[in-house]
Amino acid sequence: MALHRPVIERMPLKDYYALLGVERSASHADIKRAYRKLARKYHPDVSREPDAESKFKDVAEAYATLKDEQKRAAYDAPPMEPASEREFRPPPGWDSGFDFADHWPSQGRDQHARIQIDLRDCYRGARRKLTLSIPVLAANGSVTWQPRELEVNIPKGMRDGQHLRLAGQGSAAAGGGRAGDLYLEVTVAPQPRFRIDGLDVYTDLPVTPWEAALGTRVAVPMPDGSVQLTVPPGSSSGRRLRLRGQGIPGHPAGDLFAVLGIVVPPADSEPVQAAYRALAEACRNFNPRDTGTVGS
Amino acid sequence: MMTPESQSVGGVIVERELRFTLVELSHACDVDATRIIALVEEGVLPAAGDSPDQWWFEGVLLRRARRALRLSADLHLDAGGTAVVLDLLDEIEWLRAQLRAAGVSASAARTRP
Repeated sequence: MALHRPVIERMPLKDYYALLGVERSASHADIKRAYRKLARKYHPDVSREPDAESKFKDVAEAYATLKDEQKRAAYDAPPMEPASEREFRPPPGWDSGFDFADHWPSQGRDQHARIQIDLRDCYRGARRKLTLSIPVLAANGSVTWQPRELEVNIPKGMRDGQHLRLAGQGSAAAGGGRAGDLYLEVTVAPQPRFRIDGLDVYTDLPVTPWEAALGTRVAVPMPDGSVQLTVPPGSSSGRRLRLRGQGIPGHPAGDLFAVLGIVVPPADSEPVQAAYRALAEACRNFNPRDTGTVGS
Repeated sequence: MMTPESQSVGGVIVERELRFTLVELSHACDVDATRIIALVEEGVLPAAGDSPDQWWFEGVLLRRARRALRLSADLHLDAGGTAVVLDLLDEIEWLRAQLRAAGVSASAARTRP
């Protein structure tokens, strides 16, 4: 669960030069170049690197300090306090932009957070408890971050990347003005058994050669239970059987596709080998490589 | 608004049920309206309506607007560059979805130099 703002606690001072991969003597242009290169590599919107988001945050934090002459000088200055204190000094400039007390808005700001759900939650809806950290303006004008618990009803039919707007659950406003809204971005956790494409859901359905050839009725696991499916006779590997309206709920609902995969039993005993030989004999004229066309 | 016990709240699905005015979208993105107007004028965000005070934006554009603002701020992109990156990201997402539907993992399909 992402918080609205990072809660600033006493933290070890990070080595901003190492984070950007530059020398301490690096010029402003060097720092900018290093930042841009790393930002392209780790920006969460474009990166596929593991941990891209936290790496980008570090890089952005380092750049925010080192690009500014005054902040960089303060960062570079030798510490005045004992080493044990210095270890926990918050980075210079960490509080920039936190000037709420002087500029507390008359309409509360909208806030954003992220929440991960399972595919089953897309089918059934869910109720989730969140702990948010929100800025609160005290009577003396100081700002503190306080935890707030919310129990959110996530409606069924939500898809990966969609947002839920919770009216009035963002930041408070000054003087009793309208509070901001809270936007929750929903991500759907990857599922080993199912693949999602928009509203449609795909699952692999292993079948035996005789089930595919003769047809059968099998139980297909669904994100929300299971369903009986008829495999028609003469089915091949890769055939997609559609269960209309059994994808992610909505208007219209998506479809669920079971993709057939024929699994061949191992010929590891004499009876099975004999059965394969009998099948080969019975299908003497069948050649899967003979497509009937030339050069295709 | 502070309560020690948890509150139970429901919400609306932005992409399905909402459309934004210019003021609402600016507020949701926590930027001045001029930033959104610039994105519209550069063709990054499609707006319906004749003039900014009559514009409205489909709910799905919240994600695009926030992404555009992040990219331009963090990668120092101008509006034109942002538009190109967004279009390419959309295409990548679409292709990845096709791969997923076909049962191919995107990392397996990625070609390496």
